[in-house]
Amino acid sequence: MATSTVSKPPRVRTGKQGSTIFLKTLMAVTGVIFVLYVIAHMYGNLYKLFDGHAAFNEYSEHLRTIGEPMLPRHGLLTIIEVVLGISVVLHVYSAVVLWKRAKAARPQRYAVKKSIARSFSSRWMRWGGAFLLLFVIWHLLEFTNPKINVGDGGNGAAIKHDPYMLVVHSFNVWWLTLIYVLAMIALGMHLRHGIWSAAQTLGFTSTVRARTIANIVAVVVALVVAVGFVIPPLAIAFGGIK
Amino acid sequence: MNLTLKIWRQSGPDAQGELVTYPVNDVSEDMSFLEMLDVLNEDLTAKDEEPVAFDSDCREGICGMCSLMINGEAHGPEVTTTCQLHMRSFSDGETITIEPWRAQAFPLVKDLIVDRSAFDRIIQAGGYISVKTGAAVEANNLQVQKHKADRAFDTATCIGCGACVAACPNASGMLFLGAKITHLGELPQGQAERDSRVVKMINQHDAEDFGGCQNLGECSAACPKEIPLNVISQLNRDFIKAKS
Repeated sequence: MATSTVSKPPRVRTGKQGSTIFLKTLMAVTGVIFVLYVIAHMYGNLYKLFDGHAAFNEYSEHLRTIGEPMLPRHGLLTIIEVVLGISVVLHVYSAVVLWKRAKAARPQRYAVKKSIARSFSSRWMRWGGAFLLLFVIWHLLEFTNPKINVGDGGNGAAIKHDPYMLVVHSFNVWWLTLIYVLAMIALGMHLRHGIWSAAQTLGFTSTVRARTIANIVAVVVALVVAVGFVIPPLAIAFGGIK
Repeated sequence: MNLTLKIWRQSGPDAQGELVTYPVNDVSEDMSFLEMLDVLNEDLTAKDEEPVAFDSDCREGICGMCSLMINGEAHGPEVTTTCQLHMRSFSDGETITIEPWRAQAFPLVKDLIVDRSAFDRIIQAGGYISVKTGAAVEANNLQVQKHKADRAFDTATCIGCGACVAACPNASGMLFLGAKITHLGELPQGQAERDSRVVKMINQHDAEDFGGCQNLGECSAACPKEIPLNVISQLNRDFIKAKS
């Protein structure tokens, strides 16, 4: 017998989780929301931190009163938090479903497999994304709704209501600064591949030229965001801001 | 040249497979990769051993029948099909690992042969145009812009070999899908069924257990016909349009 022919009955999609491209689109759209948010966040950090104690705290207070009296106090921030919260859930959900499908799509791995085209950043989308999720949770518990105090010099309660001192005291702790630097490298890499991938998924890169532009934009935004976020912690750690 | 081959041997779909090492001597560098395997198989047959099963047909790079993951690269180190790959691309004394395409959607039949009929079922789901047969219409009645004709032609060169799926870390068939969608979508005959086609083909793709696309570009780099990555963007765009 040479070979036996295996014929399978035609299959129909049964999963209720949505088609692969739908999930990818979900990931891309929520990703774009995150990109816009991190750019605004990075700008906010750089904008007032170097202007000193009073200016930074005033800026922090201003964020809570934007839109008053049309919006209640903390109104805009609450809206942003809700949008981001929903986005995180959808982004992670589609990532997990697609990750599972990818694993199931190749149950038997190659003994030898070379990667010839993919970027270094793209290798870390999944684990890097998981790391970023943990980092965001940590970051929220530390600064947004302070439950963890790092390096407060024993003044925990007082510092919680003084954003500037909270930030400065925290980043005087070397290992915390290190975590943040690592997280920003992870963020930069996630954005490098993510922005390009979102452009491709949303169908903006149907020509060679558009593809080149999407890749350049991805690299530039990734670098700007990562460097922009890392400047304040490093400035504090190395004594530029006291 | 003398080579050491490590070839995946598996007697049937449900059998346990393993990499088996075979020395092959006096290989001419003008041989194609498949001719080199033919030499090995003649040897094995003479020794009363089971020859290595692998797919091939035209042996001139146009049919899409040959496959093989050679040292971790689909169709080996050159941008061509395995049948058009020559032994001069390898060096004397080299060890070459040869594996079948690995994907849930391409079940293994024997040794290096996999069943790629999942691609046929995707085409059956919508990768065609419906026309009434009868007297042929005057061809010049349908005017096609040059750049569209070129793009349709370039994507129509896809031979459905499955290298894109084999090379993709997610075993996704999106480059294949993108090539077909772009090919038919650029031409006037393809417009009537454009929306339903993309939805049906994606649904079949997912039903066949292919993975999702991460836009890594491994597929395009492995494609013997150099189908560009932007066909996947075209596919996504058509799908989003069809759904909205």
